[in-house]
Formats: sequence, C-alpha cells, structure tokens
Amino acid sequence: MAANSPEHPAHAQHTVSYASYLLIWLGLIALTAITVAAAGIDLGRWVIITALGIASIKTLLVLAIFMHLKFEDQVFRIFLAVALVTLAIFIVLTFFDYAFH
Amino acid sequence: MTTHTPSAAVGHHAHRDDVGSRMGMWLFLFTELILFGGMFIAYAVYRFKYPAEFQLAATELDTFVGTLNTIILLTSSLTIAMSITALQEGRKALSMLLVTLTILLAFGFLVNKYFEWGHKFAVGIYPRSPELLARTSGEVLYFGLYYVMTGLHALHVIIGIVVLAFNLVFIARGSVHAGAFVKLETGALYWHLVDVIWIFLFPLFYLIH
Repeated sequence: MAANSPEHPAHAQHTVSYASYLLIWLGLIALTAITVAAAGIDLGRWVIITALGIASIKTLLVLAIFMHLKFEDQVFRIFLAVALVTLAIFIVLTFFDYAFH
Repeated sequence: MTTHTPSAAVGHHAHRDDVGSRMGMWLFLFTELILFGGMFIAYAVYRFKYPAEFQLAATELDTFVGTLNTIILLTSSLTIAMSITALQEGRKALSMLLVTLTILLAFGFLVNKYFEWGHKFAVGIYPRSPELLARTSGEVLYFGLYYVMTGLHALHVIIGIVVLAFNLVFIARGSVHAGAFVKLETGALYWHLVDVIWIFLFPLFYLIH
C-alpha cells in the first residue's frame, strides 16, 4: 500500500468545477425527461431497451463525473469492469437456466 | 496495523492512503451491485414471464411521484458532489450547506416514499393483502418485487443519511477538511450508488406502459 504524506498525496487530487457538475446534472435531468416521454410512446419490444439504454447513459455520467471514475487510476475502471462482467455472467446463466428448464 | 488517528492532532506523520480508502468503498459498492443485481435478475425473469401482468400492475404506480423522486435523487447527487469541490477550495460553510441540502433532499425522497407506500396500503395493496392475493400471480410478483426492491433502496437512503450526517459533524469539527476529505469522498460514493440504483428502479417499475 502506498503511504502518502498528507501534504503531498501521491495522486494529484482532481477538483471538478461546479460548472461541470451542473452540466452533468442538466444532462441527467434531460435524460430523465426523455425516458419519461419515451415511455408514453408505444415502442413495443423497444420499450425496455430504450429505458435501459437511457438508464445506462445516466449511470455512465454519474460514475464518470460525480463518482470521479474518469479521474481515478486505471485500476478502478478495471475493477468495475470485472464486477460488471461478473453480473453479466449471472444474468446470462440465469436466462440459460430459465430457457432450458 | 494502521491505527486510525485524528489527522489534525497528529499532523505530518499520520499514515494515510486515500486511494486505498476509495478503492475499499468501491469494492463494497461492487457487493451492493451484486446484491441489487440478483434482485434485478429476478425482476427480469418474472417480467419476461408475465409481461402483460407487469404492465397492468405498473399502471397503479404514480409516474409523477416517481419522476419527482428521480429529480430529487439526481439533485442530491449534484449537491454532495459539489460539497467535495467546496471543501477542496477550503469553503467549509458552503460544503456544510451542500451536505445539509443533500440530507434534506434525502428526507424529501423518503417523505414521498412514505406517502406513496401509505397510499398503496390504503387501497389494500401490500404483501399478502387479500386485495393483492385476489389478483393474478404476475401482479403479486410485481408488487412483491416493488416492495422488496424499493424497500431495500429506501433502507440505503436511510443509511446514506446517517453516513452524510456523520460527515457533517466531521466537517464541523474540522477532522474532515481541505487537506483530508476522503471520508466525505467515500460517503459521497455511497450516496451516488443509491442514486444509480434508483436510476434503474425508476423506469423498471414506473415506466412500463
């Protein structure tokens, strides 16, 4: 483990400006409006895909900027990828099990 | 072993690993991902099996309240993110104001949830109610998942309020400050996760038409 001295942390702490945060928030609100509006349209089987697609974009914005993932070490993003792949395996295996029962 | 020491008292030689602290919180968040992920998988299987029943049951949720709560949580994520910037700039009062706003928004979310659930209970829709059991199994499953998933989420909101309240005290006392704010960062990470879970719960329960 890297021991950082308090005055000089090994990682340069990134300060995100209020304006960037506000911009991301505006984007999130806009995407919320879009997903609510899209739910009123009969898109058939695309309803769920649209809803999950917009939710994924919103999540990406929160993770990258609000949660500072964009400014963290690469290892954080690799760990997240491992966690998401694990969840994806669970989902795929469950549906295989369900489909062939 | 590392002994945790108040940084203000020890000064220059306190052992600190901010990256490690944030990584620890991220690892914890991954376990949360798997916890909620399992429930989302259960939801997916049953929605796949009972599409019409889920659609019918979802019409009973109030999209307006759901949208309002989405905006409340997104805004609370904004305020907690900004509180870190404020602290980094050494603006303690502003940072405390932003954390307080986040906590107030969290309470607002819970108040809406209280009235929402209260209304459902009033019309007789709650787990194992005679009114609900008289319906199709798809609708029973929808409301079962609705109560468990939004309930577990609401529990996270309550825990988040406690975590942020501790941070407010830490900032007030000066143990969390411009030179040492990883506690606020990890608290904020937890709070953003609560937001992310809701980003998925909202369309999956409120927006099936």
